[in-house]
Amino acid sequence: MIGNGMAGVACLENILKLPNDLDITVFGDETYPNYNRIMLSSVLAGEREADNLTINGIDWYQKNRIGLRLGVRITAIDRKKRIIRGDDGSVTEYDKLIIATGSSPVIPAIEGIGKSNVFTFRTLDDTRGMIAAAREGARAVVIGGGILGLEAARGLQLRGCEVTVVQLKDSLMNRQLDATASGHLRDKIEQLGIQVLAGRTAAAIQGDNTATALTFTNGEVIPADIIIIAAGIQPNAWLGRDAGLACNRGIIVNGHMQTSDPRIYALGECTEFNGETWGLIAPLHEQGRVLAAVITGHPTEPFQSSAAAAKLKITGLDVFSAGEYLESEGTGVVKYEDAPLGIYKKLLIRNNRLVGVVLVGDDSDSSRYMNWFRNNTDLLVRRKNLLFPEPVSDRGEVVAEIADAETVCGCLGVTKAQIIQAIHEKGVNSLVRLKETTRASTGCGSCTGTCQSLLKAVAPDFEADGNRVLCQCVPYSDDHLRGMIRTQRLRSVQEVLDIYGDGQGCEVCKPALSYLVDVVWAGDHNEDPSARFINDRVHANIQKDGTFSVIPRIRGGVTSPVQLRKIAEVAEKYNVRMVKITGSQRIDLLGVQKQDLPKIWEDLGMPSGQAYTKGVRMVKTCVGTQFCRFGVKDAIAAGIELEKRFENLYTPHKTKMAVAGCPRNCSEATVKDIGLVGQEGSWQVVVGGAAGKSVRKADLLVTVVSTEEALEAAALFFQYYRENANYLERSYDFVQRLGMEKIRKDTVYAQPPVRKGLLQRLQKAKMLAKDAWLDRYDKSHRGQFVQIEPAGRLQ
Amino acid sequence: MSWVRITGTASFPLRQGRKVVIQEHELAVFNLGNGKYAAVDNACPHRGGPLCDGIVTGDTVVCPLHGWKTDLETGHVVKPDICVRTLRYEVQVEDGMLSIKLPAAASLY
Repeated sequence: MIGNGMAGVACLENILKLPNDLDITVFGDETYPNYNRIMLSSVLAGEREADNLTINGIDWYQKNRIGLRLGVRITAIDRKKRIIRGDDGSVTEYDKLIIATGSSPVIPAIEGIGKSNVFTFRTLDDTRGMIAAAREGARAVVIGGGILGLEAARGLQLRGCEVTVVQLKDSLMNRQLDATASGHLRDKIEQLGIQVLAGRTAAAIQGDNTATALTFTNGEVIPADIIIIAAGIQPNAWLGRDAGLACNRGIIVNGHMQTSDPRIYALGECTEFNGETWGLIAPLHEQGRVLAAVITGHPTEPFQSSAAAAKLKITGLDVFSAGEYLESEGTGVVKYEDAPLGIYKKLLIRNNRLVGVVLVGDDSDSSRYMNWFRNNTDLLVRRKNLLFPEPVSDRGEVVAEIADAETVCGCLGVTKAQIIQAIHEKGVNSLVRLKETTRASTGCGSCTGTCQSLLKAVAPDFEADGNRVLCQCVPYSDDHLRGMIRTQRLRSVQEVLDIYGDGQGCEVCKPALSYLVDVVWAGDHNEDPSARFINDRVHANIQKDGTFSVIPRIRGGVTSPVQLRKIAEVAEKYNVRMVKITGSQRIDLLGVQKQDLPKIWEDLGMPSGQAYTKGVRMVKTCVGTQFCRFGVKDAIAAGIELEKRFENLYTPHKTKMAVAGCPRNCSEATVKDIGLVGQEGSWQVVVGGAAGKSVRKADLLVTVVSTEEALEAAALFFQYYRENANYLERSYDFVQRLGMEKIRKDTVYAQPPVRKGLLQRLQKAKMLAKDAWLDRYDKSHRGQFVQIEPAGRLQ
Repeated sequence: MSWVRITGTASFPLRQGRKVVIQEHELAVFNLGNGKYAAVDNACPHRGGPLCDGIVTGDTVVCPLHGWKTDLETGHVVKPDICVRTLRYEVQVEDGMLSIKLPAAASLY
């Protein structure tokens, strides 16, 4: 087999399922084992690691006795001698040959295109090059307003570039969308802050070795530090053409994937069937299945091309298209449009059969429509509610409607029956395991919802993979919401509830959304007190009788006679009912009236200890080298510094910390969310400890030499937890859910730009964070503490 | 029965509650949006929690102590499913001034 891409490997996977005596060798010109090319956009966007793209590693080839030659490009096929020649000088004989060489980017005729900072977006190496070139403030120009171009644009923007998309035609994604849909897409793209220049033709790239600007045929010039070519793909058919196989744009194949030479087969993007070429994954899997049967001598139905679905993979921006997309004679149109929200849905119907679907702004029903396509469903009885099915109260019902033979995952061709079989026979009970076992939902991901519902309905011990939805008012996961808040630029809780929720929210989701908008915008959001729990409105902890408790910040648990005297005076002046030393080395004033709070803060003159909120509580310390005979590290200095760096910030759940000056661990650092444990010559940074409802010993994050390194490691974990944990998820649940290996990889062992990004976002949030008790000077906040008395008299 | 003028509506921020004290009797007054206001006794039927400090969701308020939910239109507790209620008072707004209709003043003591 020539080619080690997704189509070829899908064919191999199918061959392995069938009895055969084939001796297989695979040639790939990239130096990686096969990987999921569809997900390169997610890598560019920073949502996925490049290492996670591998579909089958080297060991898979070894285990299945498949010869693998990587980094070898096949240069010629000699059909008479039945050999192929590689650019390494190798000559390989074949009885049967599969050409799966895929496609290449179309390189438009633009002058000066070979410069160092001009990229195509096709391979892992292209993606790595783009990531290396992208930097904060760089001006990136993407030539091509199709799916790949838009995904590249968004990815570069998320890496800090100022991005312009240049489109030859007047509209974006013009091969999948009609003008209205394209208009909504353009609005959304521009809302994200990406500039769109339509109806322009690029003429020349300026600059010596490095591009500096792009010139258009109309004379316009725009500056550019990075240029991406995403102007479409063309089949890699030249090997077949040189060998004299019948070719048009692609290598021509019949329904059994045979070329004009019966010993040579072809599949994937290099082929042409009935005048069609391909650029989407789903039909390629179908071809792989057919070819596997043919080449191993098993009976099969011939390949038939069917409507392929295209989905834009930009988080928070739903765009989906399949089949026809333009109205034509004899086609019925069913449409829905909510222009202010940018939601647009269009179905094209002929003879009561679905022939096309376009969805912008909401593609949650896409799997339903794809099933109508695949099954050629007669829609006559459904004509009244094509766009809006009657709401079902039983979620299992949706699943029950799918027939066993129906394809759930169109990318990898997995049917409902196969999924149910995996659940019953292999004990699959989570999406992660379903992906491993059946590969369902590992392609474009649009069937994830259906897979989840199936698991939920069928698996007796279903595990939600942490993708729980926040609540019924806004039925999305925390991760999903973070994406939507960021990409849709939502800066207040009410906006999220109005657009994605029921408009009201509840006591569960409102505080959670308050946290999410805060952390996504690093504090630069529109604060809405009505969405906060009372504790966060008055910065004190409500008690069983409606009074409050006040705990000032005493960093590292170190106080002074002056401070103690002041606390004593305040306690007497405001008739504080109890003064108590807390377990966190702090002092609690209990039984305070709400209206006295601002005055008490003023009299104390100390910052808030955040003891009432999901935020940074304290850093407990031992005396360390400052007094202790056994101390090996200055726990007090390190603890106070740690507290200063994180104080006033909010976290998904409360965050308690401690620093111990020696492994005796007197400050109990190993049962804190973040702990620093000093030992001779180094610090251990531990995370995920707990001594509450459950007791858990913290896991070691990293061991480092200097205090500064220890503080930095703590900061990396702290910000990572802030950005990735579900609301109300304590660090000890978080580390168990993700696993320390992943956490280390994403924090202390991450690439320098990733680490820098975490620290920069922490720094930004820290700059905007302030001592909550300074709200006493904020006039608009005073209303929180008043009690109102009637203006009029009682009669 | 009599109407008592309380204060300007500006003192009642959107979707929040405020404590109103009338001769030592505590009411919780809420701005529910769209010009709608509601007043109930400032004591959750569960354990007397201050309803004025609860989170408002639609036309209900969630007590800050243990999460009991009271419908401000009727005064009935809607979560948990239990048949108790908080006293409700009629509210009107005229020229930006919010008034509450109280039973005979004496009964407040």
